[in-house]
Amino acid sequence: MHLVIIGNGIAGVTCAQTLRRLRPEARITLVSAESAHHFSRPALMYLYMGHLRWPDVKPFEDWYWPENRLELVHDQATGLDVAGKRVLLARHPPLAYDALLLATGARTRYYDWPGQHLQGVQGLVTKADVERMSQATQGVRQAVVVGGGLIGVELAEMLRARRLEVTMLVRDQHYWGSVLPPEEAALVDEQLRRHGVRVRYATELAEVLGDAAGRVRAVRTAADEELPCQWLGVATGVVPNLDLTAGTAIETDRGILVDELLQTSVPGIYAAGDCAQRRNPPPGEAAIEPLWYTGRMQGETVAHTIGGQPTPYRRGPWFNSAKFFDLEYQTYGQVPAGPVEGQSSFWWQHPSAPLGLRLHYRTGGEQALLGLNALGLRLRHEVCDAWLRAGAPLRTVLEQLGAANFDPEFFPQHEASIVAAYSRQHPDEPPLTLRRRKGLLARMLS
Amino acid sequence: MSFLAAYSDQPLAHPTPEPSAAERLWLALVALGLLALGVAALAPAGLRDTAFWLGLGLLSAGALGWSWRKFGGSRGVRHNFLWSRASTSRGAVAWAAGVALTGFYVVLYWWPAYLENLIRPLDGLSQLLRGRAADQWFLYGSFYTLAVLLMGGRALLKYRHSPYQRVRTASVMFFQLGLAWLLPGVLLALQQPEFYFTYFWPLKYDYLFPGGVQSLLQNGHLGAFMVGWGIIMSFVATPVLTYFFGKRWYCSWVCGCGGLAETAGDPYRHLSDKRREAWRYEVSIVYTVLGFIVVTTALLWLNAARGGALLGRFSDEFAQTYGFFIGSIFAGVVGVGFYPILGSRVWCRYGCPMAAYLGLLQKHFSRFRITTNGGQCISCGNCSNVCEMGIDVKQYAQRGEPIIRAACVGCGLCSTACPRGVLNLENGPREGRYQPSQLIHADSLRILS
Ligand SMILES: Cc1cc2nc3c(=O)[nH]c(=O)nc-3n(C[C@H](O)[C@H](O)[C@H](O)COP(=O)(O)OP(=O)(O)OC[C@H]3O[C@@H](n4cnc5c(N)ncnc54)[C@H](O)[C@@H]3O)c2cc1C
Ligand code: SF4
Ligand code: SF4
Repeated sequence: MHLVIIGNGIAGVTCAQTLRRLRPEARITLVSAESAHHFSRPALMYLYMGHLRWPDVKPFEDWYWPENRLELVHDQATGLDVAGKRVLLARHPPLAYDALLLATGARTRYYDWPGQHLQGVQGLVTKADVERMSQATQGVRQAVVVGGGLIGVELAEMLRARRLEVTMLVRDQHYWGSVLPPEEAALVDEQLRRHGVRVRYATELAEVLGDAAGRVRAVRTAADEELPCQWLGVATGVVPNLDLTAGTAIETDRGILVDELLQTSVPGIYAAGDCAQRRNPPPGEAAIEPLWYTGRMQGETVAHTIGGQPTPYRRGPWFNSAKFFDLEYQTYGQVPAGPVEGQSSFWWQHPSAPLGLRLHYRTGGEQALLGLNALGLRLRHEVCDAWLRAGAPLRTVLEQLGAANFDPEFFPQHEASIVAAYSRQHPDEPPLTLRRRKGLLARMLS
Repeated sequence: MSFLAAYSDQPLAHPTPEPSAAERLWLALVALGLLALGVAALAPAGLRDTAFWLGLGLLSAGALGWSWRKFGGSRGVRHNFLWSRASTSRGAVAWAAGVALTGFYVVLYWWPAYLENLIRPLDGLSQLLRGRAADQWFLYGSFYTLAVLLMGGRALLKYRHSPYQRVRTASVMFFQLGLAWLLPGVLLALQQPEFYFTYFWPLKYDYLFPGGVQSLLQNGHLGAFMVGWGIIMSFVATPVLTYFFGKRWYCSWVCGCGGLAETAGDPYRHLSDKRREAWRYEVSIVYTVLGFIVVTTALLWLNAARGGALLGRFSDEFAQTYGFFIGSIFAGVVGVGFYPILGSRVWCRYGCPMAAYLGLLQKHFSRFRITTNGGQCISCGNCSNVCEMGIDVKQYAQRGEPIIRAACVGCGLCSTACPRGVLNLENGPREGRYQPSQLIHADSLRILS
C-alpha cells in the first residue's frame, strides 16, 4: 500500500508515524512545499526572538525519516488526478497513491481591507512568514497588530522583544472576547500593559494606508483614527488551504469536508488537521479545530482508518494551553466566555500575584464539572480529563484539588485558599475539607 | 560535515538590540575589574594588592549590577537573542572568553609561577582562614567560589519566579562556600587533612584508594571519621538519596562542579549538543571512566592486601597520570575552559565517574522521573534547548513519556522554561514509572539506539 500525505505538519506527520507502527510494510510519502522537514509551527515565534535556531524547532532529527522509511518529497503539489489516483507535483513526476491524506493546513485570513497588499503587511503562519517578518521589522519603530487572539499576543511579544512600539487592535470589549471570560482577560490585559503593549479594545481595522514606495505607513480604524506604523501584523485567524481540491470531486465548504472517519467525499481520500472541516461535529465541538493538539489526534485517528481499522474521530474533553508573555494558561473542557443558562462558574484569583482558577459547572443536581481555566497555575491533564469524563461533582473536585496540582516543587500551594474562597461565597453549603494535597509529592513515601 | 552543522546554524534573529546605557555602565565596571586584575598580575609589588582588590571589587559590583539591570525587570524565562548574541552563540566574544578561561587553567596547572602576583594578595585571607600562606590552589578555590557566588546571584535574579530554582541555586552556593571553601581551609588551620565533605569516590577516587585511606587514618579520630564518611556517602547515602530524589540531590544541589555549571555556566547551558551522535559518545566515554575507576580501585586494594606484590608503585603513578588527564585536562581545561563553546556540563556529561554512578542508580533504582503533562506538548523545543546535559527532552514530552535518563541532573530548567507547563520533576512510586500518558499515544518508533 502506498499512502501519500500532502503536508508535513503535525497532522500529516502523526498519521505517517502511526501508520508506520500499524502497517510496517506500507510505503509512506510525505509531500510538503514549505520545508524539507517537519517543524513545530507554534515554535516559530522563538526563532524570531532568537531563543531557538531552525534545527531546534524540528521535533525530529533528520535521520529519523529515512530510518523509519518515511519518504519525504520537498515539493509543491499542484493538482490531483482523482480518477487516476495521482498527485501532480511541480518539480517531480506524478506520485501514484492507494490512499491520500490531505493535511494541507491553513493560512492567514484577511478581511479584504483596502491596502492589505502593501509591503509590511503580513500574517504569521509559515516559516516564510517568520523569515519575512524578521527582515521587514528591521529598522521599524512602530508596529500594529490586528486581532486579539493567541497569535496576536505572540506577535506582540515577538515585536516587544525587538523593542518596537506595539499597538494591538482588538475587536471585542476585552482580550479574546470569544473565548475568555472577563476575569481571565483582565489578567492577560495586565500582562500586555506590563510589557508595554498598547491595546485598543472595541477597535476594528478599516484601511491600511501606504506611502509612495508602496509600504504601509499607518492604519485607519473604523472610528476613523489614524495610527502610524511601519509594519502591520494580521492575526485575525486562519483559513484552510483549499487550493488542491479546486476543480476536483472533493467537497469543500470553509474547509475540506470530512465524515466521522475523516474521509472526504471521495473514497480513499482523507483530510486532517487545520484544513479539515467535519460535516457533523458533536454538539459543543467546532467543525474546524485549528490546533496543534487536534491536528495530532486527527492524524493519529485517520491513520487507523487508512490502516484498515476504521476509527471515528473522538477527541475526548477539549484542552488547550498558551502563554501570554509570562502568564501560562491552560484550559480543560468547556468554559464559555459569558454566562450560559443552567451553568455556573467559580472564579478564584490570588490577591496580588497573577494567578487565577475557574471551575465551570452545571447548576443544580450534582453540580457536574464542565471545564477549568487556569492562569499561572499548572494543572495535571490526566486528573482534569478524568474529572471531565466522569462529570465529577464540583465539591469533589474542590476537595481533591491537590491531585490536579502540577506546579513544580516548592511552589506555594493555593488549594486551601481556593477552597476557603469557595466556602465564603457559598456560606449555606456544608463545609469542604481539602482531602488531597499535591499529587505525587503527597505519595512521596508511599 | 554533519558535526559542523550543529555549530554553524545561524539564527533568524539579528541584529541584536544595543544594550541600554545602564547595562553598558555595569559591563564597563566588569571590564575595568578585569583590567585591574590584569594590572595586578603584571604590576610591581607596590600597586599589586590595591589593583587586585579593586579589580575583584569592580568585577563583583559590575556583575551583580548588570544582572540586576538585565533580569531585575519582568519575571520569567526570557531568552531573547540567546542564539544571536555573540557571547552566547559561539561568536567572537565567546571564543575569546573560552581562550582566556582555558589559558587561565593552563597557566594554573603548568606555570603557576606566573600567577604569583595574584596569589600573594590572598596571603592575608589565607592566613586568616587556613593559617598559612596562599598558593595557586587557594587562588583557584577562591576565584571558583567567587564565580559561584556572583553568577549564583545572577541565577537567583534570572530565575526568581521559580521557587525550585531559587532553593536549588542557594543550595549550590551554600555548599561551595561552606563545604568546599571555608571548611577545608579551617581543617588546614587546625592541622587536619584538607578534606572535602562534598566530594566522594568515585569522583574523588583517591579518598578510597589504599594510599588515600592510609594517609587519612594517620589523623586519629577525625581521619577515621573522614574515611567512614567517604565510605558511607559513596555506598549508603548515595544509593539511598538517589533512590528518593534522583541524582539531582548531588549533581545540581551539592556538587561544586555542578555548582559552577549551574551558576557561571548558566549563560551557556543551551550550547550542549543534543544530537543522537553526542549521546553515543557520552555513554561510551563516561561509563568507561567509571569502569576504569572501579577496576583500578579493586586492583589497588588487592595489591595492598598482597603487600604490593601485584602492582608495585603503580598506585602513585596512576594517581598522577589519571589526575593529569582526567582531573586537569578534562575537568578543568575542557570542562570549564570550553564553557562558552561546548556548554556548561561537558565534564559532567562525558567525564564524571560520579555522574555515571549516580546515573545508573537514577535510571534503575530511583523514584525520580520528569512527568509530562498529558498531551499538552507542542514540540517547541525550549526544553531540549535549555538542557545542559544534552538531553533531547522534547522527544519524550511530545510522546507523553516520562523522562528517565541517566544523564539528567534534575536542574529543573526544562520545567522552568517550558511555555506550556508540560514538565514536572517528581519523586513517586516506582511502579508505572515508565508509564506514558494515556492522553497521547506514543508511537513506538525508537529515538535512542
Ligand atoms: C504562530 C502560530 C502559533 C501557534 N501556536 C499554537 C499553540 O500554541 N498551540 C496549538 O495547539 N496550536 C498552535 N498553532 C496552530 C497549529 O500550529 C496548527 O493547528 C497546526 O500546525 C496545524 O497542523 P497541520 O498539520 O494541520 O497543518 P500545517 O502545520 O499547516 O501543515 C500543512 C503543510 O502542508 C503544506 N502544504 C499545503 N498545501 C500544499 C501543497 N499543495 N503542496 C505541498 N505542500 C502543501 C504547507 O506548506 C504546510 O507545510 C499555532 C499556529 C501558528 C501559526
Ligand atoms: S515539553 Fe514544553 S518546552 Fe518541551 S517541546 Fe514540549 S511544550 Fe516545548
Ligand atoms: S532533563 Fe531537564 S532537569 Fe534534567 S538535566 Fe535536562 S534540563 Fe535539567
